[in-house]
Amino acid sequence: MNDIVEGLWQAARLVVTLDSDLAEITLRSLQVTVTATAIASAIGLPLGAWIAVNRFRLRRAVIIMLNALMGLPPVVVGLIVYVILSRSGPLGVFGLLFTPTAMIVAQTIIITPIIASISHQAIRELWADYHDLLISLHATRRQRIATLLWDGRRALMTAALAGFGRAIGEVGAIMIVGGNIDHATRVLTTAIALETGKGDFGLALALGFVLIALAIAVNLALHMLSGTERGSRW
Amino acid sequence: MVSPILPLMLEDVELLRGGRRILGPITLTVGGAGITVVMGPNGAGKTSLLRAMHGLERVSRGWVLWQGEAEDVRARQAFVFQTPVLMRRSVIDCIAYPLILDGRPRREARKAAEKQAEAVGLGVTLSAPASVLSGGERQKMALARALVRSPEVLFLDEPCANLDLHSTAEIERILIAARDDGTRIVMSTHNIGQARRLADDILFLFDGRLIEAGANAAFFAGPGTPEARAHINGDLLP
Amino acid sequence: MMFKTALAAFSALWLATAAGAEELKMAVTTSFANSGLAEVLLPEIQADTGIEVQLLVVGTGQALKLGEAGDVDAVLVHAKAAEEAFVAAGNATHRREIMYNDFIIVGPSADAAGAGGAGSASEAFAKIAGTQAPFVSRGDDSGTHKAELAIWKSAGVEPAGDWYRAVGQGMGAALNTAAGMDAYIFADRASWLNFANKAGLALVFEGDPALFNQYAYLPVNPEKHAHVKGDAAKALEEWLVSEKAKGLIEGYQINGQQLFHFNAEAM
Repeated sequence: MNDIVEGLWQAARLVVTLDSDLAEITLRSLQVTVTATAIASAIGLPLGAWIAVNRFRLRRAVIIMLNALMGLPPVVVGLIVYVILSRSGPLGVFGLLFTPTAMIVAQTIIITPIIASISHQAIRELWADYHDLLISLHATRRQRIATLLWDGRRALMTAALAGFGRAIGEVGAIMIVGGNIDHATRVLTTAIALETGKGDFGLALALGFVLIALAIAVNLALHMLSGTERGSRW
Repeated sequence: MVSPILPLMLEDVELLRGGRRILGPITLTVGGAGITVVMGPNGAGKTSLLRAMHGLERVSRGWVLWQGEAEDVRARQAFVFQTPVLMRRSVIDCIAYPLILDGRPRREARKAAEKQAEAVGLGVTLSAPASVLSGGERQKMALARALVRSPEVLFLDEPCANLDLHSTAEIERILIAARDDGTRIVMSTHNIGQARRLADDILFLFDGRLIEAGANAAFFAGPGTPEARAHINGDLLP
Repeated sequence: MMFKTALAAFSALWLATAAGAEELKMAVTTSFANSGLAEVLLPEIQADTGIEVQLLVVGTGQALKLGEAGDVDAVLVHAKAAEEAFVAAGNATHRREIMYNDFIIVGPSADAAGAGGAGSASEAFAKIAGTQAPFVSRGDDSGTHKAELAIWKSAGVEPAGDWYRAVGQGMGAALNTAAGMDAYIFADRASWLNFANKAGLALVFEGDPALFNQYAYLPVNPEKHAHVKGDAAKALEEWLVSEKAKGLIEGYQINGQQLFHFNAEAM
């Protein structure tokens, strides 16, 4: 109990004094995860919509795969990305291991199935509503997907936020591919792991509270910008 | 004006679902001008017939033949569903949507949509989300969306099924105006009075089959089949 | 508008992290990183040589693996036999001893096994094994773990059974476990002094020369990996064996205790 109180107190102190290390790792957390979420959304949202709208032979298999990949173990993703990006791996020449780019790659792989799967669910319902209208209006395949993505944007934002939430709190993969290098690849979650390892639970908890606050702040900001909770708007 | 995509010809059209015949075989021609009303009891196949004509249902046997290129044909028709499909957009954007699909600039499309909303007498705030519309307003919105492309053929499936007398009268006024502008209309209805008022000719379906077809006056003066007679008399069939 | 500003701030951040001094990646062991010495040395290294040393804190096994794959430019570890094999395999140009610190035995302050009264590290281990008092081992094939196993061997004990808990984690996590179980544990002095969650644990045995822990610097072979920053690695080595480094290393204290003893020899 003492640790939690001390953690809260320390978190407040770090935030109020605008601790420069804290600001740095918090911004890096945001930088990595926002970038990964943007890339994963750019892939996952249209993919989810495409699967919802099209009938093809391996559709069921693809959906099952996506749902299964939602539970992709981050450590395994980290390990695979590590082996690929290592200097002795196939993409070693780019020297990306232990850089924020490697962390973005790993997080993108982890959350793309989540975003695709959730958006598939949402778009499938919308497609059931819109099917007859869009066919009747003779919308092209591309127009159908664009319409569903736009009209389903609230649900899709939820999908993207689910991906963001998973990525911002993820530690297993980015610890492996980022290396938790001070001033280079250290983010909130890897710093928490480090401080826990040092037995400094107060600081670890403080960082944990900052992480939670950050996740809440991002959600709030997006909802306020898009006006989801305002009146009868969609 | 004669629509180049007409006449529409159905040849031996049959619709099977799960091995059960729900329509046909039907052979008929829709051409000329005016309003064709499809009548018949529930389950007679009215909705299926309209959907098959519009190409929303793939027919199991036979042919649905329009004149002209297949690509072009459906875009020159419009369909108003019994329950209007509400898009998660503002009223104006719902109505402008078909024009946006045609690649028209947003401003221009909205302007045309505004005009169309006025033409159907949709006196609501057009920037409000479509979900706030009442039942009658929803049907008018769907009509405006259907008419905004100036279709040559307009299908309507029970357009007044859940509306009060006032809204029904307004919808009928809009349909008559559209017909007078040269739009060929094919609609289904349960409302015998409405059929009498609107129809130029009648198609009477029973159990998936077309059992009577004829001009309005002739049909109501002396239906040739006992089923049609019972239907317009409001008798309860065994 | 607001979004644009946010975007600008964001791209500024991107650029800020991308630019900077010459970077050199060095794999070090957890025990070295936990000592806190790096935080004293790294700013001085950057000031004197312009090299920004980025530390990858891993176990000895992974540190050597990183060097072998060419993912780091240099390695600083403490496992002599493995280091010599590493050089022999051509992964590093040479091995340079820099400094040493020592391992200690930590246990419950009551010391029921009486390890504190032992005459040597192996005798202390034998006493712990004799009473079957709980003992937490790193169990992760790290340098510390290897040193621990060497002492079990010299004590003639095969560590196994309910009392011997191999956690397979880093020093900090292992210390946390020991604190939670009130168990004995073999640790490096630096990690112990910096460890905040001591609970009922205390230092029970120290000082046996068998516990000394030699750190050596291994620059990764540029002939094997062309992208390795050989010149920077050489400059860093020269700095590490300099008089200035000696002063900083010997002067580094935690709670008034000196941790490291500089013993680099001129080449």
